[in-house]
Amino acid sequence: MTDSVFRPYSQSDALRSDRSAGDRLRHRQKVRQAIRDNISDVISEESIIGQSRDKIIKVPIRGMREYRFIYGDNSPGVGTGDGQTQPGQVVGQDGDQQGDQPGQAGDRPGVDYYETDITLEELIDIMFEDLELPDLERKKLREIESDSTRKRKGFRKVGVRVHLDKKRTMLSRLRRKLATGRELTGAEGEHRFPFHRDDLTYRRLVRDVKPHSNAVVMCLMDTSGSMDTLKKYLARSFFFLLYQFVRTRYNNVEVVFIAHDTRAREVNEEEFFTKGESGGTMISSAYNKTLEIIQERYHPSLWNIYAFHCSDGDNWPHDNEPTLTAAAELCQVCNLFGYGEIKPLNSGYYGDSLLQLFGELDAPNYHALLIEGKEDIWPSFRAFLSHDPVQDTTEVSA
Amino acid sequence: MANNWTIKDLEYWDAKIRDKVAESGLDCFPQEFEVCDHEQMLGFMAYHGMPAHYPHWSYGKSYEKLKTLYDYGVQGLPYEMVINSNPSLAYLMRENSLCLQVLTVAHVYGHNDFFKNNFTFSQTQPELTISRMKTRADRVRSYFEDPSIGPDRVEYILDAAHALSLQCSRNIAVRKLNPAQQRERAVLSAEPAHDPFERVHKSPVYEAPDLSRVPLEPEEDLLLFIADNNRQLADWERDLLHIVHEEAQYFIPQIETKIMNEGWASFWHHRIMHSIDLPEDLYLEFLVHHNQVVRPHPGSINPYFLGFQLWHYILRRYDEPTDEEIAKYGEPDKSGMEKLFEVRETDRDSSFLRRFLTEEMMREMDMFEYGRQRDKLVVSKVSDEEHWQDVKDSLLKTVGMATTPVIRIVDADFDHNRVLLMEHDHDGRDLDLEYLDRTLGYAYRLWGRQVLLRTQIQDEPATFAYDEEGFTQLED
Repeated sequence: MTDSVFRPYSQSDALRSDRSAGDRLRHRQKVRQAIRDNISDVISEESIIGQSRDKIIKVPIRGMREYRFIYGDNSPGVGTGDGQTQPGQVVGQDGDQQGDQPGQAGDRPGVDYYETDITLEELIDIMFEDLELPDLERKKLREIESDSTRKRKGFRKVGVRVHLDKKRTMLSRLRRKLATGRELTGAEGEHRFPFHRDDLTYRRLVRDVKPHSNAVVMCLMDTSGSMDTLKKYLARSFFFLLYQFVRTRYNNVEVVFIAHDTRAREVNEEEFFTKGESGGTMISSAYNKTLEIIQERYHPSLWNIYAFHCSDGDNWPHDNEPTLTAAAELCQVCNLFGYGEIKPLNSGYYGDSLLQLFGELDAPNYHALLIEGKEDIWPSFRAFLSHDPVQDTTEVSA
Repeated sequence: MANNWTIKDLEYWDAKIRDKVAESGLDCFPQEFEVCDHEQMLGFMAYHGMPAHYPHWSYGKSYEKLKTLYDYGVQGLPYEMVINSNPSLAYLMRENSLCLQVLTVAHVYGHNDFFKNNFTFSQTQPELTISRMKTRADRVRSYFEDPSIGPDRVEYILDAAHALSLQCSRNIAVRKLNPAQQRERAVLSAEPAHDPFERVHKSPVYEAPDLSRVPLEPEEDLLLFIADNNRQLADWERDLLHIVHEEAQYFIPQIETKIMNEGWASFWHHRIMHSIDLPEDLYLEFLVHHNQVVRPHPGSINPYFLGFQLWHYILRRYDEPTDEEIAKYGEPDKSGMEKLFEVRETDRDSSFLRRFLTEEMMREMDMFEYGRQRDKLVVSKVSDEEHWQDVKDSLLKTVGMATTPVIRIVDADFDHNRVLLMEHDHDGRDLDLEYLDRTLGYAYRLWGRQVLLRTQIQDEPATFAYDEEGFTQLED
C-alpha cells in the first residue's frame, strides 16, 4: 500500500474557495422571487410603519422545495428507542426530520417549508417593486432627508472629539502658560508645554425644537367587517407611503392608529390591522376621536397633521350628517385629510360608497379617492399629495 | 493553527494506523487527506464532497441550510468527509483536535476499503470520479456561457432532471438489455415452448410479439429513456439529462450502503484505535467521541450505531456462536473475520439487515415502527414477538433506494399519441400527491407531451395526468 498524502491547510485556497457563492446568490434570488409572489400576505401581516430599517422579519417560503416522487403519509418509519417504547406513544412531530440528500437515508421531504429572515429594508424594496413605484420616488421615500435638529449653544469641558473647539482649546492653553509666568515665544531647547485636559473645550450642541418640524400621521381605518388580506395590504401600503413621505419632510414624525367600527379607539399597529368583530360602522366616532387626540396631544399650532382614513365604504345612514361635520372640522386642523375607499376588483362586494357623500365636502386640503388594486396605490397617493397646501421642494413630482 | 498538532503528528499516527490496516487485511485505494477549515467543509458538504461540481441553486440552498444549522449549533459538522474515488480523497477539519484527526484517519480507511470492495460500487469507476465531475461541471458551465442557451434555460432543465434523477434501475446484478436484445428476447419468448408430444398435440397458434411497443420492457431509467426518445430535445438538453443521470448513478451505491458503510468504518476505527497504543489522554478523548458517534438516536435510526452493532454481531456469531445459534444456523463454516470480509463485498443495506438483524437485537435496540396521525408521529408497533417481523419489514423499506418509489415507463406512445405512460409499483405506500403533482410537471417539461402515472391511492387504482392544463386525476 502506497503512502498516504497529507495536504496541509492553505490559507489562499481557503480564501478563493467560496465556491458556493454563485449558487447561494441564485438561491437567494429565488427566495426573493418567492417572497415577491406573496408580498401582499407578508405586508398585511407585518408591522412596517415607523419600524427600524434593520428590523428582521421572518417570511415563510414556499415553492423552494426540490420535488421528487416520494411516499406519502401512509409510509411508516422505524426508530430505536430507550427501551421503554410502547405502542401509542408519541415520538415526535411530523416534518422534523432531515432532508433527503444523496448518501443519507431519509424518506420524507423534511423541513422544506422554511422561513427566511429579511430586513425591513429589503421588504420595503420588494413592496416598492410590487407597487411599481418609479425609481426616483423610491429613493426619495427611502432616504430620510432630515434637517439638522441641533444648534450650538455655548461651550463645555467634556464632549466627543469631533466637537472639539480647537481655537478655544489653544487659547486656554496659552492662558495657562502665561499664568505660570513662562515666555510666550520659546527659544530652542525650551521645555515642552503640553495641553492639559483642562484646556480642552468642546462645543455644546442642543436639540433645536422647531414647531414646524413636528408632524403626526393619523391613520384611521374601518375594522368592522370584511377587511381581508388584500385590503389590509392595500391600506397598509398606503399608510406606509404616507408615513414615509411625511418623514422626508419633518424631523419628528409620530403615528397614531385609530381603529373604528361603531366606536373608535386608539391602538398600536398590530392591533390596527387585526380584524375587529363588530359589524356596524360609525365613521363619525373615528373622526371625533381624532379631533379629541389632536386637541389633547397634537395642537395644530405645533404640529403638522396628516390624516387619512381607509374604509370599504359602509356607514350607518344616520351617521352621515355627523361624519360630514366632523370631517369639515378635521379639514380645518389638518394639513391634509383624505379618505380612501378600498374596493378590490373581483372582491364581490358592491356595497354603498361614501365617495359621493364626501363629494359635498369642499375644502382645498381634502381628497377622496378609490383604490381598486395595488396599481392604484401610487397614482392615488400622488393625487392625494397634490392637495397639500404646503408645497415645498420635496414634493413628490408628477 | 489553533490546535496543537502538525502534519508531522498526523503522518506519525497515519503510519501506525496503516500498519494495522495492512495487518487486518483491509484493501484500500491510495489515500489522500486534505486539511480544510469549516467554511470549506460546508462547501464540500453542499457539493457532496466533490472538488468540482456543476452549479445549481439547490447546492446554494443546501449550503445555507447546513450553515444555519451549524451556526446555531443545531448540528455539528462531520469529523470527516470522504469520497469514493481512486485515489480516495478525504477532508480533515483543521479546527479538530489531534485525537479527532487520528480517529478520522482510521475511520476513513474503513470507508476507503468499503468503496473499493463492495459490489455496489463496482461500476462507479473511481479512477475517473474527479475528472468526470470536472468535465461535467465544465460542460454545464459552457452551456451557461453559450449565448444561445444561458443559465436560465439550463436551470429549467436541471430542475426537472434533478426531480427524476433517482428514478433509475437500481440493481446492477440485473443486466439491462438494449432495445435490440429486448426485441430478441421478445421474439424468443413468443416461440412456443418445446413440446415432446408435438405429434399428438394440436399445434399451438403462433402469436407474433408486438415489437412496435416502445419500450418493449418496462423502463426504470426515466432520464435516459427521455433523453433517447424525446426527439424534440436539443443536444445540450440531452447532455444535461445524461449528466444528471450519471451523477445519480454515482451516488446510488452510497445511498444503498449507508448503514453498512458507516458501520464498517466505525467498526474499524474502533479496532484500530484500540490497537495503536494511544497515550491515555488521547485514548479517553477517543472514547468520548466514539460513543457520541455510535450512540443510538432515540426516535430515529443512527446508521453508525446500527451498522456498528451488526458488524460486531456477525463477528461474534461466527467466532463464538451460542448453542442456540448453532442449532438455528448450523456450525459456522468460516471465521468471523472471513465472514465480515465476505459480507462487506456481497451485501447492501437491505440484504445486510434482512440477513443479520435478529429479533433479539431489535428488541435490545428497542426498535419500533411509527406512523403519522395528523401531525404527530405515533408508535404503531414495537419489536415484540408478534410484531418484530413487521417492524423489520418496515425498516427494510426505509433503507437505501427503498425510500424511492419504483416508477417505470410502460408506454411512450400511449393511445398512439406519444403520451408517456408510467406505472408506480405500489408496495403498500401511497405517493405524496403534492410532490406527485410537481414531479409529474417536471416529467412533462422534459417529455413535452402529456404524461400519465398509474398508481394506487388508498387501495383504489388512480391515474394522474400532467399536460399543458396542469395536474389532473383521470376518471377511470
